[in-house]
Amino acid sequence: MNPAQDEIRFQVIWSNLIAIVEEQARTLMRTAFSPVVRDSGDLSAALFDRAGNMLAQAQTGTPGHVNSTVAAVPQMLAVHPAETLEEGDHLITNDPWIASGHVHDITVTSPVFKDGQVIGFFACTCHQLDIGGRGQGPDGASVFEEGLAIPVMKLMRKGVVNDDLMAMIRANVRTPDEVEADILSYVAANEASAQVLVEAVAQLGLTDLEAVGAEILARSRAAMIAEIRKLPKTSASNTITLDAFGTPITITCTLTIGEDEVLLDFAGTSPSHPKGINLVYNYTNAYASFGARCIIGASVPNNSGSLSTVRVVAPVGSILNVTRPNPVSARHIIGQFLPEAVLGCLAQILPDKVPAEGSAGLWGIQLRGGPEVARHFPGDWQGPAWETLFFNAGGGGARPMADGLSTTAFPSGVRAMPVEVVESHAPIVLWKKELRPGSAGDGTFRGGYGQSIELATRDGSPVALFAMFDRTTVQAQGRQGGTAGAMGALGLASGQPLQPKGVQIVGPGERLRFEVPGGAGFGDPALRDPQARARDRHSGLEPG
Amino acid sequence: MSEIRIGIDVGGTFTDFALATPGGLRTLKLPTTPRAPERAILDGVQQILREAAIAPEAVTGIVHGTTLATNAIISRHGARTALVTTEGFRDVLAMGDEGRFDQYDITIVKPEPLIPRWWRYGVPERLAADGAVLLPLDEQALHALARTLRDERIESVALCFLHAHVNPAHERRALEVLQPLLPGVLFSLSSEVSPEIGEYARFSTTAANAFVQPQVATYLDRLETGLAALGLTAPVFMFLSNGGLCHLDLARRFPIRLVESGPAGGAVFAAQLARDLGEEAILAFDMGGTTAKICLIDKGVPRRSPSFEMAREHMHRQGSGLPARIPVIDLVEIGAGGGSLARVDAQRRLQVGPESAGSDPGPACYARGGTQPAVTDANLQLGRLAPEDFDGSGILIDPGLATQALEAGVGAPLALDPLAAAAALAEVVEEQMAGAAREHAREKGVDLRPRPIIAFGGGGGVHAARIARKLGATRVIVPQGAGIGSAIGFLQAQAVYELSRSVAMPLSAFDAGRYNRLYAEMAAEAGAFVTAAAPGAQQVAQRTLFLRYKGQGQTLQIPVEDADLTDQDAPRLHALFQSHYAALYKRALERIPVEIVALSLRVAAEGTAPTPAVTDRLDRPLPETAMLYDLTTGAMVPARQILRADLGPRPLQGPALIKDKGTTIHVPRGFDARTIEGGHVLLTYTGQEG
Repeated sequence: MNPAQDEIRFQVIWSNLIAIVEEQARTLMRTAFSPVVRDSGDLSAALFDRAGNMLAQAQTGTPGHVNSTVAAVPQMLAVHPAETLEEGDHLITNDPWIASGHVHDITVTSPVFKDGQVIGFFACTCHQLDIGGRGQGPDGASVFEEGLAIPVMKLMRKGVVNDDLMAMIRANVRTPDEVEADILSYVAANEASAQVLVEAVAQLGLTDLEAVGAEILARSRAAMIAEIRKLPKTSASNTITLDAFGTPITITCTLTIGEDEVLLDFAGTSPSHPKGINLVYNYTNAYASFGARCIIGASVPNNSGSLSTVRVVAPVGSILNVTRPNPVSARHIIGQFLPEAVLGCLAQILPDKVPAEGSAGLWGIQLRGGPEVARHFPGDWQGPAWETLFFNAGGGGARPMADGLSTTAFPSGVRAMPVEVVESHAPIVLWKKELRPGSAGDGTFRGGYGQSIELATRDGSPVALFAMFDRTTVQAQGRQGGTAGAMGALGLASGQPLQPKGVQIVGPGERLRFEVPGGAGFGDPALRDPQARARDRHSGLEPG
Repeated sequence: MSEIRIGIDVGGTFTDFALATPGGLRTLKLPTTPRAPERAILDGVQQILREAAIAPEAVTGIVHGTTLATNAIISRHGARTALVTTEGFRDVLAMGDEGRFDQYDITIVKPEPLIPRWWRYGVPERLAADGAVLLPLDEQALHALARTLRDERIESVALCFLHAHVNPAHERRALEVLQPLLPGVLFSLSSEVSPEIGEYARFSTTAANAFVQPQVATYLDRLETGLAALGLTAPVFMFLSNGGLCHLDLARRFPIRLVESGPAGGAVFAAQLARDLGEEAILAFDMGGTTAKICLIDKGVPRRSPSFEMAREHMHRQGSGLPARIPVIDLVEIGAGGGSLARVDAQRRLQVGPESAGSDPGPACYARGGTQPAVTDANLQLGRLAPEDFDGSGILIDPGLATQALEAGVGAPLALDPLAAAAALAEVVEEQMAGAAREHAREKGVDLRPRPIIAFGGGGGVHAARIARKLGATRVIVPQGAGIGSAIGFLQAQAVYELSRSVAMPLSAFDAGRYNRLYAEMAAEAGAFVTAAAPGAQQVAQRTLFLRYKGQGQTLQIPVEDADLTDQDAPRLHALFQSHYAALYKRALERIPVEIVALSLRVAAEGTAPTPAVTDRLDRPLPETAMLYDLTTGAMVPARQILRADLGPRPLQGPALIKDKGTTIHVPRGFDARTIEGGHVLLTYTGQEG
């Protein structure tokens, strides 16, 4: 075969591997029971080689999941090495320090066998709403309060479910049938992908993935290095402030462009926090490297090769690298701001390539109702126990050449669930979910608009809000003369404010209101296209 | 009575005709008349009937597909449309799914809604997820709104309330209130256009329906009147995006279902050919004047999808378009056709399309005022097309204008002579089409190399061999009637009616009475439609149950017998579901209840009239050789030139040109061509590129 044909063949294989992990993600969404997975895509799905290097990942889910699965798989294989695994074995863990930073994410890694040999692994990480314990939130004082811990172990042996483990899980959660079915759906997605991979590899006349995998990793790394070498060898620092919990915290990032790597050093960041908003290193690494990757070599596929060119350092004991048993449940509140910290450094080096700050943190509204909540109030509330979580995005930062995207998640990659689906899962009614006029920062290009949400329980019963919201005291900041986006706010329609973090019980008959923050502007507002300005006014998004 | 049917495909550039009679199949291609598409149709129908010496009254059926709806959406030239929705939700169309379709690209663009915010209105009303009324519809507010809509000169209204797919009462009542207050205004109800859960997709589909409805409805009225005036009394059917047929009345109500009907016709055509030739897996490549379409066909059946994305904004990326929840044939369409225009951008990169010269003014060589070079101009310059190829279409070709345009538009900025400029233009557009095919194959996880390419449409035969080389494929089949493949596909469509009913019925509380009653209603509706479309034909009914574990996203479609059930059938249905699930995922789940989500029924007329073989052929004096651009040497070289009718089973070595009515087959060096069973032309890569 001539070199051109070899090249076509390689391209076909690479494309195939990416298509297979995309299908793995879609299978997860089809088979999952948890609405955050099936409707919002809060998951990661990826293929690894025998040594545990990630070769391909699906373009869905959150960077926090995807890039931390990269670290999880080798650690899981360190406990159960590839050569000890048998066909039909599946490994599981939700250890925050091994996988993705809190016990609500379950990672399942499954070996792929071809002709009796392991040729690679499929791994997926999915958000599990119910893992026992308090329920997700920053209120625990240690990881022990945050739910059931599953160390690295075999979920299945030779195709048979580990009944002891499953009994233990079932006994610890509020909705055992759904949790069990969910976990089995992760296995189903990995197995279905394994079957497709084995067929594809055979069809292409390969015996394993070693040569192809090495080529993918080498090319991706080389492509990243070529991108890095286009940048000036310099360094930049940036500090951002977050509401956090009570007292504000600061994240300091120093970015250095090296010969063949980008170094992100978080020295100077606030120390660990007594509440569960701390990050494990894997999770910090995941979100921080995403921030660099979406500016530097954004079109290079994400895998262990491209990620190897971004190095993240976070001091042990800082809020970005805590040790056991610090509480970590609501770590995404801080994690979603790490790309902002990194972008603030890059904006000093590449001022015309980096967007203004956006709302960053998704506003995931997590509610619980039923007897456990209603018993605090008089009255005869009949409904069964329920729990729900649905995501709402604020405004994105303005781009150097375009307005920011309204109500669009960044850096998270999850989607919002349709209101009709939210309401068919939980006995609540959203009375409003609309763009929030006036919430975008001004500029040559304005920020994206946030949104306003108003909701109540359908029967007026009391409800517990697990608040995990940020940008309620510090706005998204503009760049090059653009102004800040609007802050977020929350409270009851009756006037009483709600705290942005922590569990709060809301009494009967109340409506909850959420004002999700807007994105900041980019460039001098005086230079904004008058037609664009007129359009926003005519749309009722700006006054006048 | 013998069947005489006409298939008519209105594309952006050409309107194609296929006339099927017991004696054979005739074809015709005319320039589209974009401002009044029925004009080209009426002219063409008269012309093709005259040529065949058939009286209009003898025609027994007309099948029509059009890009009118698609073009209105892509160009955003639709009606003044308002959205009337639940108060508090006027931005559903703008907020979408709140996600990003690319994780790493910070420059992504999301589509603007078809209806701007100032025409999106909230009305106090609210239904719950189970359809119960939480807040009654505020009829006073509707009266006030009617005045506003009149002041704004709104022509079409999308009525979209939350949970209307469960309980359509508020949408229906709003229609009753608004309709008499707004004479002449058309209404689209989300509970009728797309009665499924998920407000963004449902509202988006309904908004698009409303946006194109006035235009499509008046067009169909004019067409119907015009055909009747010619003496055509045969029923007119519209070809749908899912490859089926419908009445004009249904098309007027749900014009959104016509989106992509032309490309779907091409897919039906290619699928029939794949079945005839016994090809397991093919790539259909259909290149017309405005766009190119790519579709994967396995086992003779085009892939289907329950939804479709219209007008993708961001480099054709999945997720960057407007969702439409209508059943479609799964294909990709890109702005690369004979009329696609070339330009050189600020970075001195040669770009081709998606802007198209269409038929008016058309490529520069049409001498209708176009000055920018188009793909057709390049093909003329390269010798792949000749001015005589356009005989009979009413277009007079001036090759000098093609050269001028290539010189000015591409040659000068890139310092190339017109020939090199034409070669570069062809290379870029061929790479774009190959790239779209690769991307589609990647999304589906398919290896393109072993697949033959079935190439059709006016430009299919000109470019297919080069695309095959880029994709690593070694065989290209250019079928009989390739120039008008979609119009022939229309005639191969079955009269099919598919409908479904949402239910939420746990198998533990299976209600056979309700099940039987619902199916009886559906059978009556579908049967009546198919009888009207194909009188006297044998009908085949297929029942499919949509079952799932309660709480799971996945719904399995399980075929069941076409018969009434009793309550005692529930355990059997449960076991059936468990075995289907286990077949997919190795093991079924215990302890999780199974529910019926929907019942569906598909009724099809058994067997369509077989399409006769194409009988008309190109017959004109043709020099034995023509000068053709040679990629290897970059020079014009003499190439063999023959009429398609003269090509036999003996291989003809490239470089060569095979001329046919409506299309030319370009056989580059390295390929040979021969006629195979059925009169189709097979190009095979021999690897001898010299």
